[in-house]
Amino acid sequence: MSLATTPTTAVDSAEPRPRRRGYGRYVLSKVAGAVGSLLFMLVVSFFLFRVLPGDPARTLGRGRFTNPEQIEEFNRTYGLNESLPRQFLTYLQNTFSGDLGISLKYRVPVSDLLLDRMWPTLLLVGTSTILATVIGVWLGIRGAWNRGSTFDKASTGASLTLYSMPEWWLGLLLIAVFAVGWGPIPGIFPTGGLHSTDVDPSSLAGVLDTAWHLTLPVITLTLAYLADYALIMRSSLLDELGEDYLTTARAKGLRDIVVRNRHAVPNALLPTTTVIALSMGFIVSGAITVETVFSIPGLGLLGVEALEVPDYWVLQGTFLVAAAGVILANLAANLLYGILDPRVRT
Amino acid sequence: MSAAGGDGGGGALRPPATLSARQLARRRRRDALGRNWRIFRGNRSGLLGLAILASFVLVAIAAPLLASPEGLDVTKATGGVLEPPSSEYWLGTDDQGRSVLTLLIWGARISLFVGLAATLISMVIGTLVGLTSGYFGGWAGGALFRVTEWFLAIPFLPFAIVLATVLGRSLLNIIIVIGVTSWPSTALLIRSQTLSIKERPYLERARVLGAGRWHQMSRHVLPNLMPMVFANTTLTVAIAILTETTLSFLGLGDPTRVSWGSMLDDAFAVGAITTGAWWFIVPPGVCVVLVVLAFTLIGQALEEVLNPRLKDR
Repeated sequence: MSLATTPTTAVDSAEPRPRRRGYGRYVLSKVAGAVGSLLFMLVVSFFLFRVLPGDPARTLGRGRFTNPEQIEEFNRTYGLNESLPRQFLTYLQNTFSGDLGISLKYRVPVSDLLLDRMWPTLLLVGTSTILATVIGVWLGIRGAWNRGSTFDKASTGASLTLYSMPEWWLGLLLIAVFAVGWGPIPGIFPTGGLHSTDVDPSSLAGVLDTAWHLTLPVITLTLAYLADYALIMRSSLLDELGEDYLTTARAKGLRDIVVRNRHAVPNALLPTTTVIALSMGFIVSGAITVETVFSIPGLGLLGVEALEVPDYWVLQGTFLVAAAGVILANLAANLLYGILDPRVRT
Repeated sequence: MSAAGGDGGGGALRPPATLSARQLARRRRRDALGRNWRIFRGNRSGLLGLAILASFVLVAIAAPLLASPEGLDVTKATGGVLEPPSSEYWLGTDDQGRSVLTLLIWGARISLFVGLAATLISMVIGTLVGLTSGYFGGWAGGALFRVTEWFLAIPFLPFAIVLATVLGRSLLNIIIVIGVTSWPSTALLIRSQTLSIKERPYLERARVLGAGRWHQMSRHVLPNLMPMVFANTTLTVAIAILTETTLSFLGLGDPTRVSWGSMLDDAFAVGAITTGAWWFIVPPGVCVVLVVLAFTLIGQALEEVLNPRLKDR
């Protein structure tokens, strides 16, 4: 979640600039950075679940043990009676071999649970992010190019209001109006869930039914994400407006639309890419709350439900998956940025 | 930026020779402040934000005068369950028979308090880390930059959920979570600013005149950063308040206190949406939107004051 006005993080212009490197070395350094971040997340998660609670056997195995032998067995499997550095190694080993523990609530391996719940989240978040990027960038371009017009004022005002709104509250309002019905508006959309119970999700009717169920959540998330993108796109295009190369392009006699689409927009897209990458954490939290409000059985709802038990293994799993998602998305954006703007490969 | 920092801003005003250096500095600063206020006043949305914020702050301070704290106590509730607005309960009642208006007024306190406290933590850590990593560079600066990037990748909501489960639910936890997860973006901003300030001629001059690192940092770099820190603070408060609302909505807030987020959590739990009890859902959300919008508008207006290049926007 980052507000549009400060696209400073992309290039530190004041830094002494070493000789430009090839794309290969740029990729390598970014991948190394991502691996470092991943390791840091593992440390954080280890600290949160094994060190902070004091007695991990009690919290992690809550309610599962009835006698001391079982606790002993549990401690041996997860290396909990060894020194902290050794414990950390065991923990790394288990995590990398895909052993994220057994869910206390569902009694199935957490990794299976995570794989199962990943698809609704990816579908919801992916669709909304693509829609929000396209619509947000378009709004930003139109607003900036006709600065001060009614369209610009309306879209900036709407974006700022959406930006100030908790996305799940917007979801609640949409449910109240379009799913429950309000005044003359009939409630036509389902209030939540991913499928109706009576259709087969793999048939054509089932796909349409899923789309029907996802309409309101996707609208909610799209509106929540696009506010940020529209504002940043608008402000970075405004930054370009005074540049000399645009005057040159106009002096060459290019049409206004060509000046905009071929010259100004590609440059303005660069800071926008950074902001979209930096807002990944925000995207994850949006998925969590919107899944909760619309009861979509994705990773977010899984995490929130685990909170009530509390199901530590599931919580740890969702935390790691969310962190890995953010890091991978950041890496992808960085690599893309390296192609779009060779200047950052320093 | 230089106008607010006090370096070379008030050059147009030639003071009488009798003024001491300190008086001179104070006078310059006052002039700069006056100038900045005039720019701010010209920004209509900034003023609107200031007005909205002022009214919410007034309500939060005067809460005991506006509504008796007994109205928060479920055992002393007088109304019916989810009563629609009436002359007695202007915004209706909640599922426990308490006046929604009373809850809103007292909720303003929690939201503003959590927002400001978390922002304070975030600003202090962010400024310190950003300043150090930008100013010193080299090995230590690079390491701090890496750490900043690591923290930036922590997905705050899963982190908050985990921390609340491990440490228990309290207002302090919410403040810590918001503070710890929101400082990295401030640190990056401060770092890039420090890097550019470091290269400016007056710092070179100070170095040549024999100023030590501490003197340079406290007398030149930090004062020049302050306006930017201040503008960034108002934007961070906006995010902190939104975060507090979201955490309370997920039931991670202090169960003994009423905030706008916890009201919405209650409303969602008792199914106010399906029963059509709009008075329990709409007002808390509108309050959040207004306060967050106010901070955002003020923050943008401040940035415009600091960076006149943005003015055309």
